[in-house]
Amino acid sequence: MANLDPRPSVIGVRLSKIKRMIAVTGWKGGIGKSVTASALALLLAKKGFKTGLLDLDLAGASAHVVLGAGGAFPKEEMGLEPPIVAGVKFMSVAFFSNNKAVPLRGANVSHAIIEMLAITQWGELDFLIIDMPPGINDAALDVIRLLPRAEILAVTTPSVIAHSVLERSLELYKSLKVPVLGVIANMERGAGDRSTTARAVCKRPLAGRRAGNRSGGVRLRLDPREGEPRLLAGRVRYDSALEKALGSPDKILKTNFAKDLGKIADFMFCGMPEL
Amino acid sequence: MHEWALAESVIKTAVEHAARGKLRSVSEVAVFLGELQSIDKEIFAFALAELVKSSFKGLSGCKFRLLAEPAAFKCKACSKEFTLKVLKKTEEEAENIHFIPEMAHTFLKCPRCKSPDFDITAGRGVSIKFIKGEA
Repeated sequence: MANLDPRPSVIGVRLSKIKRMIAVTGWKGGIGKSVTASALALLLAKKGFKTGLLDLDLAGASAHVVLGAGGAFPKEEMGLEPPIVAGVKFMSVAFFSNNKAVPLRGANVSHAIIEMLAITQWGELDFLIIDMPPGINDAALDVIRLLPRAEILAVTTPSVIAHSVLERSLELYKSLKVPVLGVIANMERGAGDRSTTARAVCKRPLAGRRAGNRSGGVRLRLDPREGEPRLLAGRVRYDSALEKALGSPDKILKTNFAKDLGKIADFMFCGMPEL
Repeated sequence: MHEWALAESVIKTAVEHAARGKLRSVSEVAVFLGELQSIDKEIFAFALAELVKSSFKGLSGCKFRLLAEPAAFKCKACSKEFTLKVLKKTEEEAENIHFIPEMAHTFLKCPRCKSPDFDITAGRGVSIKFIKGEA
């Protein structure tokens, strides 16, 4: 018989004490996935939730830069225990790459992801936030395959290009019956009070179960003039101060970006038990 | 000591294999330990022995054969085939490869053309060669 890979057998065990897994995606590069995922993890941890952050963007790992996690390293204890950075249990391939490039082909990406999932001891978590790479690639498909409980939180920007890519991703998630929590409209300019118009999407994912138009596809409508935004979880204003806050969790949490995202998180996770 | 996590995966796979094959007991499991990951054989064997104690009773008499598998590589850029012995790495780089063997593509290069784009054709990490048992 061909050699058996034993590692996938324990992935379910490693994730068994995690209540919810949120994969922050959007397929397009440069739309703020890593900052959104990292800030969301910081916000949830600040609210008292036990929170983890897993950076699966192996080629472009950057959550460690957002968190300022330099110097942190996992502890060997029946596997690897993620270091706690600003209250967030954090795991990234960046711990092992010495700040060098990680040039991996698809099969190797899968191997690395399976290895990380098999050896990381997360323990009990209310949330595991997953920073996804752009595109529908090995990492994205592995998350669907290996983390079937993961819910998609998509990020987009006002760009028609980002919307176009996002619509295709939502179409695929719908066909694969992957639950989609909602879409965060990031880098909104002149959004004003609309940034606070987050819709409550707690408990029930919007796509993958019931969203879709008559043709069976998912049509993303983020412009209120087109009617009720179907998948919009909320808007996050473009914040020119965010760049200078990167690397400092305390500063990030004080930005308007984090304030807008925090309102969305409040709505999205309002079904979670009160602390 | 992250060997424990991988040893646990071997035990769980053996238990699942026994359940699928409706085996009463598992008599032998052969495990390849790939040279690239540099798993500590003694720690791995100790972890297996300890984990068996709290696992499926049918594993209690199981013999675990731990087999060293030499690492082999083939460059995708120039087709050069090479082994781990010809590659240089620091202690820290070896440690990082120990945790995630794919870090080999970050720290190691084809000895002929210096490309990091190579296949690990053998000896990557932990895999199971066979599981034997009685129904």
